Formats: sequence, C-alpha cells, structure tokens
Amino acid sequence: MARLRGRGMASVNYPTGMNLGGDPSQALIHATTTGNFVITLSSVDLGQGLKTIMGQIAAETLGIPYDNVMVDTADTDTGPHCMGTFASRATHRVGNAVIMAAREAREVMMQVAADELEVDAEDLTGDGKGRIHVKGSPEKGIGLVDLALAAHFKHGRTISGRGIFMKPKSDVDPETGAMDPDSAQAHACTVAEVEVDDETGEVSVLKLTNVYEVGRAMNPAMVHQQIVGGAWMGISHALYETTEPYYPDRAHGPLDFAEYLMPGPGDLAEMRSAVIERPAKNGPYGAKGIGEMTANSPIPAIANAIYDACGVRCDEMPITPEKVLRGLDALRGRAG
Amino acid sequence: MEELLTSHFADERGDPLMVVGTTVPRADARGHVTGRTQFYEDVTFPGMLHLKMVRSTRHHALIRAVDTAPAMAVPGVVRVLTHKDVPANWYTILRLIGVEPNDEPVLPEDRVLFLGEQICAVLAETPAAAAEGAAAVVVDYEDLPAVFDVEEALRPETPAIKPHGKNHFVYEGHHCRRIRFGDVEKGFAAADRIFEHRYQSSPIEHAPTETTGCIVKPEGSGRFTVHSNTQALFFTLDNMALILGLPFGKLRLVGGTVGGGFGGKVDVIVEPIATLAAMLTGRPVKYAYTRAEEMQVSSPRAAERIYIRDGVMNDGRIVARKVTLYVDAGAYSRHTPYGTTKAAAHMPGPYSIPNVHVDAHCVYTNRTPSSAMRGFGVTIGDFALEVQMDRIAEALGIDPFELRLINAYRDGDTKAHRKTVEGAALIEVVQEAARITGRGLPRRFQAMSSLTRETAHG
Amino acid sequence: MKQSPTKPSVVSLEVNGSPAHVMVAPGATLLAALRDGLGLNGTRKGCESGTCGACTVHLDGEATMACLCLVETLDDARVDTIEGLATSPEALHPIQEAFLEKFATQCGFCTAGMIMAAAALLAREPNPSREDVIVAISGNVCRCTGYEAIIEAILHAAAVMRRAGVSRAA
Repeated sequence: MARLRGRGMASVNYPTGMNLGGDPSQALIHATTTGNFVITLSSVDLGQGLKTIMGQIAAETLGIPYDNVMVDTADTDTGPHCMGTFASRATHRVGNAVIMAAREAREVMMQVAADELEVDAEDLTGDGKGRIHVKGSPEKGIGLVDLALAAHFKHGRTISGRGIFMKPKSDVDPETGAMDPDSAQAHACTVAEVEVDDETGEVSVLKLTNVYEVGRAMNPAMVHQQIVGGAWMGISHALYETTEPYYPDRAHGPLDFAEYLMPGPGDLAEMRSAVIERPAKNGPYGAKGIGEMTANSPIPAIANAIYDACGVRCDEMPITPEKVLRGLDALRGRAG
Repeated sequence: MEELLTSHFADERGDPLMVVGTTVPRADARGHVTGRTQFYEDVTFPGMLHLKMVRSTRHHALIRAVDTAPAMAVPGVVRVLTHKDVPANWYTILRLIGVEPNDEPVLPEDRVLFLGEQICAVLAETPAAAAEGAAAVVVDYEDLPAVFDVEEALRPETPAIKPHGKNHFVYEGHHCRRIRFGDVEKGFAAADRIFEHRYQSSPIEHAPTETTGCIVKPEGSGRFTVHSNTQALFFTLDNMALILGLPFGKLRLVGGTVGGGFGGKVDVIVEPIATLAAMLTGRPVKYAYTRAEEMQVSSPRAAERIYIRDGVMNDGRIVARKVTLYVDAGAYSRHTPYGTTKAAAHMPGPYSIPNVHVDAHCVYTNRTPSSAMRGFGVTIGDFALEVQMDRIAEALGIDPFELRLINAYRDGDTKAHRKTVEGAALIEVVQEAARITGRGLPRRFQAMSSLTRETAHG
Repeated sequence: MKQSPTKPSVVSLEVNGSPAHVMVAPGATLLAALRDGLGLNGTRKGCESGTCGACTVHLDGEATMACLCLVETLDDARVDTIEGLATSPEALHPIQEAFLEKFATQCGFCTAGMIMAAAALLAREPNPSREDVIVAISGNVCRCTGYEAIIEAILHAAAVMRRAGVSRAA
C-alpha cells in the first residue's frame, strides 16, 4: 500500500469566437450630463466579469477614469444586438464594438473640448483622471462634467458613439473541411503533480503549474479568477464529473450535489501560473479571451500524471478510483 | 497573482495602457456580497402562475394518450398546455439560418426520445399545486427500442430514432464533418511507428449554482417581458418569436446577470413554453428548473468517443494523424452539429502535421440532448490528443515537452483546415512550463520560436 | 368549486433584528418565507435539497440551510440573513469587504451563503485555521471560483476582525 506520485503535462490551444464567424455584437455609448459615460449592451455577464472588462475597455479608449463608466446590460429594447456570451467571444467581439463606439464618442468629446478651450483637437489629451487638457499644459483644460454640460447645453452636440464587430460568416468545404473557424488562438500548457493511493484508487491533484498565452490580460485579478476557477473545473472533469457514471448505460444518474461529485474546498491543488501576452491583431487591445481554455489543459495533464505515478493509463473520463483500481489490478495480474 | 512573462513577443505589444491591463475592482462584486444582485428569480408579480413540466419516464416510446383531466382536478391547477397549443412546434437553432431538418418539437406530438423529455406543462397557482398536477397526469406509452451507444446507433441495422431516417446529422451529403489534408495512408506507410487508441468521455453537466429559468410578464401594451438567465438574449427572442408565431417586436428579453452559465443557458427551452402560458392565461408565469431537472434534463456536455491513429517517425515527428470522432448529440441536434464542426476544426491539435484525416460524427441516441459547454468541441478532444501525445513520447523515449515542441505549429504553417497559422505561442507556453517546473530543455529546444520554423540544422 | 385544502398560517420571526410576520402555506420552507414572503432575495435558491448551501442563513445564531427548515416550526426564531450583515448601508461587514478585496466573487450566486457560513464560523472561532474555514464552507458549492479566493477572504477577514478587536455575533 502506497501513495504514488507522478507528473504529467499537456499543451493546448483554444479558438476565439463562434466557429465560422457570423456572430456580430454591437455597443452604444453616451455621455451623461453628469460626467459619466454609459455603455449600453444586450450582452450577458455569466460571472466571468464582462461588465467590468467592457468598462475598462471604454475607459481606456475614451481616456477617462474607469469609475466614470457605467455598463448597462441587458435589455433587448435598449441594448443593441449581441449574439450572446459563449465560444469565448464576448471580450473579443463586444470589446471591439465598445472600442469602435468609444472612438466615435471620444472624437466628439475632444472636438467639444477643443472648441471650449479654443485649441485644435489634436493638441489635447485625456489625463485618465477626468480631465481633458492641452498636451504639456495640464492647467489649460476642462473637466468631464463641464465638458458634458457644455456639449449638451451650449454646443448642442451629442457625445456618443456606435460600434459593431463582425467576423463575416463563412462556410466549410464539405469535402476537405477547409474553413476559417476562429479569430485567434490562445495557448496553454499545464504540468500536473498528483498522488495516487494504490489501495483506494483515489487521486489527489497536488499541484498545477500553468502557463497561459491570452493575447492581453485585461484585468490581472480577473485573469487569475479564470485560471484558478477553470483549473478547478478541469480537475473536477478529470476525476469526478459525470451525469452517467455507467455511460452508455443511464443508470444511477446524479440528481443533486450530493451525488454529482466535484472537488470541495478541502480538495484543492496548489497552483502556480504565469501569463504570456501575444496580442491578437484583431482583438480589443489584443485580447483573445480566456473563459473556456483554462479547464482544458489540466485534464490530460492529470491523466498523464496518473500514468506516471502508477502505470495506469486511463483513456476514459472521469478517472474514478474504480478505474484506477481496475487498472492497478490489471497491472498486478499481468505481473503475476 | 500570475507572473507576467514579458520577454516574449515584446515588440508586438504597443504603448502602455492606463486601464486595460490593470486590476480594477469588479463592477458587480458589491451587489454579490450584500445579496443585492438581482437575478431573474428575484422579481415577482401578483397572480404569477407556476409551470411544472410533465416529463417522459421512458427512454424511447410512442405516446398513445395523455390524460390531463386528473391534473385539472387538482385544486390550484389552472391549465395544462399540450403540443396542440404551440403555434409552431419546432425548436431548432438551425431554423434561424434556414437549415433543415426541423428536429426538436417544443412539446412532442407522438413520441418521446429521451428520459425526462417534456410532454405537457401544468400551470398552477402555487409550485406545490403545479407539482401535484403534473404528477397526476397519466401518459400511456408504447415502448420503442432505445439506442444508447454512438457506434451502435450508426450501424445500418439499427432503427433510426429520428423522423428523417438517420441517426446522424448530415453534413452537405456526408455522414460526418470531414477534414482531408494531405494523404494519411501515404503518411502511415512512411511512418516508423503507428499508435492507435480509443478515448471516451461521458456527459458532463454545467451544474451552475443558479438553475435555468424565466419569468414572463404580459404587459399592458400587449407585449411580453421575459426575465431570463439565458446567455443570449436575442437568440432567445428570435427563437421564441418563431415558435410562438409572434412579431419579434412583441417580445422583450431582460437579463444579463446570470448565476453561472458555462454554456448551459444557451438553448431556448424554458422561455417559449412559459411565454405561451402567459399568452394563453393572461397572467405572469414562472418556469424554473429544479436541481434534479438541471442535472438530468438540461443539456449536458456531449459524451465523445475518439479514435486516434498516428503515424510517427522515430525522431518524434507525427507525419499522419487520423481522427474518427463520435459526438453523442442525444435525442436532438441543438448546437451539436455546430459543435462537431468545431471539434473537427480543432484537430489535429496545435501541431503541424502534414497528413490529417478527420471524420467527426454528430450522432443521435436516446438520451438527454447534449449541447454547448465550456470548451465546446474542444475539451474532450484535448483530453484525447494530449494523452495520445504522452503515449507517443513514452514509447519513443522522447521527453513530453520536447515532443510538443518538435510538432508545435509556427506562424505561417498551414493547418489541417487550411487556415494559415498566425499568433502562435504554443512553443513559448511549453518552454516556460518546462522552465518553471525545473525541466531544463536542451539548447535547440530553448531556441525554438513560434515566429519561425527553424532550419534542419537547428 | 375546488376547495383549496392548503390554508396559510402566520409565522412570527425576528429577521435581522426586527419582528417579521409572514403568511406561509403549509409545508413552506424558511427559504420560501424569506424570499416570497418577505422579499429578502439575497438568500438564494440553488437546489432546495440542502446540497448546495446557497440558502445559508443563521437560525438562532447557527448556520442553517433555509431550504431544509419548515418555517411553521420556527415561530419566534431569530433569523439573520445576508441583508442584515452590514452594520449600515455605508459600512460593510469585514467579511464582505474581504470578499471584495480578494476577488472572491464571480457569478455571485453562492456568495451570500458563503459569507453567512463564514460569519457563523468567525462568531464562534475568531482565529480559525485554514482547515476550520474549509470545514465551515464544505456545505457551500461554488462552481466558478475554485474556492481558494474564498478561503483567503475568510482568513483575511478573521485577521482584520482580530486586529480591530471586534467580536461580532453575526
């Protein structure tokens, strides 16, 4: 009886966007008269943080503080069309639409500021803290509230913008499969260290080391959230989850969380991760999206680590204690 | 927090950014920690009816009769909706882009194809009355043979479970999605070693902490406001309008804050029938999945069976890869035809292999229809591909990191689906993972780069 | 005319420090009473079978799953929900602040239950070990975060509360 340790790795890539394209998203931006900007979408935040990221993208493009941006979503009466949140498309498509809308709004904003300050718009910059001023002369400037009021009440101009991003839909060659499936590819490599209990077949994932290439880490803390949450789901898929434990037999399908097993807070792996950025030319500030990829490389890395630990090669997910024990039995049987 | 490895691709990153790339607080967190975030079920309306679905207790059966009278006798039950009430009784994503065949009824007319399939909807004043009413409905089934295995489903002697006569989706005349790149048979003939293995997964549930559901409110204007946790508001609206025979402008979808989706809230299953109920009763209607329904009735990630046959040279180059992949769509298509194409596109993984042959099948069986889930078309494929790579590495006596680097795609390579590689970074993530975990790679592997394919002399 | 056999009754509770009288159907759970009867939606409904913890509240000071309590048996009980945790609209509870600071929320659906479970722990054990925290939240399912940030947030909140000398009966 022993606890056997092993290490395994896996490397993967992940496509950005709905397969074959044809999934546009739109965004609208308008400035209020109180110094804020509202981004109006019909996009859905599943908890991955779309509302935050879109706010950051708008703030960056407009040159204003993040705190001045509000994201209003989702209502099909007021929000322009969005295909939906799936296929790691939201940051990419909606982000690009927000940039386009923000650029239009910014152009108006800078022109109004230029008119107020009696300079050329090209001589102006946003300080990122709520003020537009002449480059090199911060004292010659105007705050966002004054700017918005001036635009609306004095100049009769709308500081607003419209945006859309669309990758045109393309088709697959039915004979060869030639196609253009994605807008970008993100990458990942995971090294897993596991411990296998050769009496119970239970596998503990001790440590995951992950390297991700994501185009642009839009918000480091939120990238961390996806990496950690995704890795947890990868462990869960690799070792526990199934709605049909005897697939293809449908018997004993779990009905609640007591029967549908997932790792709990006491089953966590130590994690160490690093991020590389290779900006996508067509991504918002180069972002490729990260929401789905993070569950994928841990799964085979764990399977390979189990093999390294105890010699059992599991070709079927989930790799349950039963499968490990049957594998060990087979090895022992072979050894006589 | 993650270490940002900035030495790679440094000249491809432009000016420093002010807000993007920084950690700002999440916009939604304060609502979450105070319990004030509004999810769809947090709205309620006076006079709201509760919908409880009567579900099939058989895997595959004809419906001889449905007796709803016992349900109507339960105090609090207001109405039972059957297929006769549904204006256009087809749910299929493919309708929106004009692709036939129509494949999934909103409420079945004459047969059920999976255990748990919805049959008729009981509407009542309270959830308890609705449940009691649903339990009282009597369905008279005539069992049909059920198919559970993907390869068995495709055998010519296995009866078709679909009205169009095939247990698979037809891709422009073919029985599968195909990738044909180079000549795998020539590649196998030239290879030093052949590796052939089978990989298998079973269905996996999204299991978000918030179950699928919606609340529909008839408005004074004659429109309907649908509070939903769908991941795709307009996709839901469009499908609903087609099913209900309503002008699109009559529907308003409100949502955008979801307690976990993972792909499980993309299909349009609860909104059409709940809105139909609101149309026919004139009252608000709530249709929320119980946890048991979420577990076994809402679509899971498809089970996949994947056969990989590789022709490999002793120096580690994979010269031919043949993938035969079966995606278990369950009883209805939903998004699986799309996901199967995505699975084919993902092959042969992030590697440049000169000869690639893929047959990706979308197969129907008598089980809960599968659909999108985090990593749709990719996650299970990655399991198979990377375990296969590990086998090859071990058999050839090549370090697993080095095997990946030898085969990794570079910018300018042609993928099996004939798109040119750009923005590659597989080499760099593998190199860094090796470095961080203390695996010192030989110089020639450390020198590799996604930007160029090194010459034969390294 | 069909007679409804289910006449509601009135249950009297103390909710977040104030008296609350709520009309409930026979067999109603505390969860239904809080959400449907009192409009306190912060207590979430995830499974109605006691296996996810999203409905965790404090019942007479103990962390309890509201979906498992028959509210008619709780006359005069003291119930505390997420809505009552902050001392004032401006001042969040240290656990709530810690969840913000440590990015311990994603979709947010499990969050209220997690915080209430944590609050019950810290009320009786101001210096919990990591293992104590794990045990305290082992009945709370999170599908998004992978738990690590939640554990860190709770330990951090405990440290903050100890430094402030605060001993809160949550």
